[in-house]
Amino acid sequence: MSETKTLTLARAINEGLRRSLENDPKVLLMGEDIGALGGVFRVTDGLQKDFGEDRVVDTPLAESGILGTAIGLALRGYRPVCEIQFDGFIFPAYDQITTQLAKMGYRSGGKLQVPVVIRVPYGGGIGAVEHHSESPEALFAHTAGLRVVSPSTPQDAFTMIQEAIASPDPVLFFEPKGRYWEKGPVAASGRGEGSTVLDRAQVVRPGTDLTLVAYGPTVATALRVAAAAEQEGRSIEVVDLRSISPLDTATVVESVRRTGRCVVVHEAPTYLGSGAEVAARVTEECFYSLEAPVLRVGGFHTPYPVAKIEHDYLPSLDRVLDAVDRAFAF
Amino acid sequence: MTHHDAADGVSTPPDLPDVAGGPDDAPLLQLVTPAGARVTTPETDAYRERVAHLDAAALRGLYRDMVLTRRFDDEATSLQRQGELGLFAQSKGQEAAQIGSGRALAPQDYVFPSYREHGVSHVRGIDPTARLRLFRGVDHGGWDPTEHNVHLYTLVIGSHALHATGYAMGVQRDGLVGSGDPGRDTAVVTYFGDGATSQGDVNEALVFAAVNNAPVVFFCQNNQWAISEPTTKQSRVPLYRRGGGFGIPSVRVDGNDVLACYAVTAEALERARTGGGPTFVEAFTYRMGAHTTSDDPTKYRSRAQEEYWRRRDPIDRLENLLRAEGAWDDAFAADVAAEADALGERLRDEVRALAAPDPSTMFDHVYATPNAVVEREKAWFADYQQSFEEPAAEVAR
Repeated sequence: MSETKTLTLARAINEGLRRSLENDPKVLLMGEDIGALGGVFRVTDGLQKDFGEDRVVDTPLAESGILGTAIGLALRGYRPVCEIQFDGFIFPAYDQITTQLAKMGYRSGGKLQVPVVIRVPYGGGIGAVEHHSESPEALFAHTAGLRVVSPSTPQDAFTMIQEAIASPDPVLFFEPKGRYWEKGPVAASGRGEGSTVLDRAQVVRPGTDLTLVAYGPTVATALRVAAAAEQEGRSIEVVDLRSISPLDTATVVESVRRTGRCVVVHEAPTYLGSGAEVAARVTEECFYSLEAPVLRVGGFHTPYPVAKIEHDYLPSLDRVLDAVDRAFAF
Repeated sequence: MTHHDAADGVSTPPDLPDVAGGPDDAPLLQLVTPAGARVTTPETDAYRERVAHLDAAALRGLYRDMVLTRRFDDEATSLQRQGELGLFAQSKGQEAAQIGSGRALAPQDYVFPSYREHGVSHVRGIDPTARLRLFRGVDHGGWDPTEHNVHLYTLVIGSHALHATGYAMGVQRDGLVGSGDPGRDTAVVTYFGDGATSQGDVNEALVFAAVNNAPVVFFCQNNQWAISEPTTKQSRVPLYRRGGGFGIPSVRVDGNDVLACYAVTAEALERARTGGGPTFVEAFTYRMGAHTTSDDPTKYRSRAQEEYWRRRDPIDRLENLLRAEGAWDDAFAADVAAEADALGERLRDEVRALAAPDPSTMFDHVYATPNAVVEREKAWFADYQQSFEEPAAEVAR
């Protein structure tokens, strides 16, 4: 890939995977239907044709098996990138991820490294059936030893997937499946040619009156909220976390100290979610700068609802604007 | 030793008093009877060839390995009773399965153990004190896996069967299968118990290994009991038959017969290294001790059963063989006993000397890369600890 192209987010990940496969012979992709089909979302489209069945591996339909064998391959010096077909299917592999993958470096006193990347299409809004629209990122962010990230733009997706693969630590790479088809510019200057973005939050829209913190699928929502609020004369800053673990607290705190208000937005249930961590950190560190309590907008403490009513579950433009209003009302 | 031990090697095991596993008509490969006689049937020809090179000195070496492994068990159990270890899981009774299979390995082979593979660890040269760091609570690992080609003990039952399979898939990709160079071609072995065969991970490992023709040996030590649950709670068929459904060659071996265990493992390793794919081995044996030092086997198994297996003690069997073949001498036995005593003494000294690590090390190696969350907490903890220290000047006053 050369110069700048306009790509969908899915295609940007594909290009990033291609680069990693080209640059490092130890990188291999594993998952269900990722070969000839190119994955159910076509994120790995064409890669098996170009890199062969030993590097783009169609696996048995067994998620624990995918993760467990990826750990073994990583111990042998490979860099496996596992695709979990849908968010709700990650749980059969939960044991391998949390009891084995997360702890192996620690357990060995740093003598072992398990550079496994787990790609997870996550989140809702595509009218899917049960187990196909979940946001389990907090479950993994709560486990020490794992890095948990989520890109929100094609450019970040392209860069971050390469950085995730290059990371010596295991990374859960949550892909906002509802944004797979959104297009954006992607500059070829990816890993090694620019600065590291994998665990750096980014101010994606500057503002002075309130900080909206989002990641993955809700960054676009936050930007729409900021545009709408501008009509009412409110200047809203939007911070894209990119990384949920570790959290780039410094960027968020710096922003909230300036704006004095903070609303956190994510699709996952708010109860004990990653927004709670952001809110607690901001409260601890910005207490004397805050004009209002830190508010959260996210999913409810219910299983993901049926598709016909998911728009009421997801943090919509109106629900976020309502929270913004409440923050200004204090 | 007993009248119902059939002379033929591939035999029906005699009536085992209330032995777990239910009706058992599975053939059981045996090369040495409990009385110490060689089994020489046409069915065992191929396996006897695998151990033909083991001369009297080599057999005495196996005996030494087994005695030292048992002493290690006994000392560690005592240390646990004295409060020096938080927990210990014995390998007592399984020495033949572990030493026989372990001695069949080549240096380049890689082992994924469960958590009672002390005999295998011994064979691979892992320091005995290092093996107890985990159980003392000063370390989650204990040794450098890459130094011994032995992965760390894995406590979540069966998880490591998948790691072994993935590692074997890596070996395959490295071109170290079927190259024709026995010094380079590599096999992977994973050890697990009868209870683990019920786990999804072990079954998924069998699937992945079979479809990838991975160079991995699944070495199941059926020691009859998964804590208090007999094998009948895990399976309706003899465990070795599980392999067949996955398309994996499988064999059941007398796990208390060190030569038979050596032979079947050597065969399985050769199959793996030469590109023949995985093998499932069921070593039919017995856990003479408790599951761990927290367990009380008198609550769930009979003394008759324990007595039956005590008569089939793998160490006694090898002694009987050595005596029968004129390879035993009392000076050798005295040497081994002295070496075991020295091991015991060394363990008692060294384990007690294993001090708790500095608390701040809990923050080390959580990640291989700098991590903002961990670094913050480590810094906070350092300040917190510092806050308890009196200024030097005040202490002086």
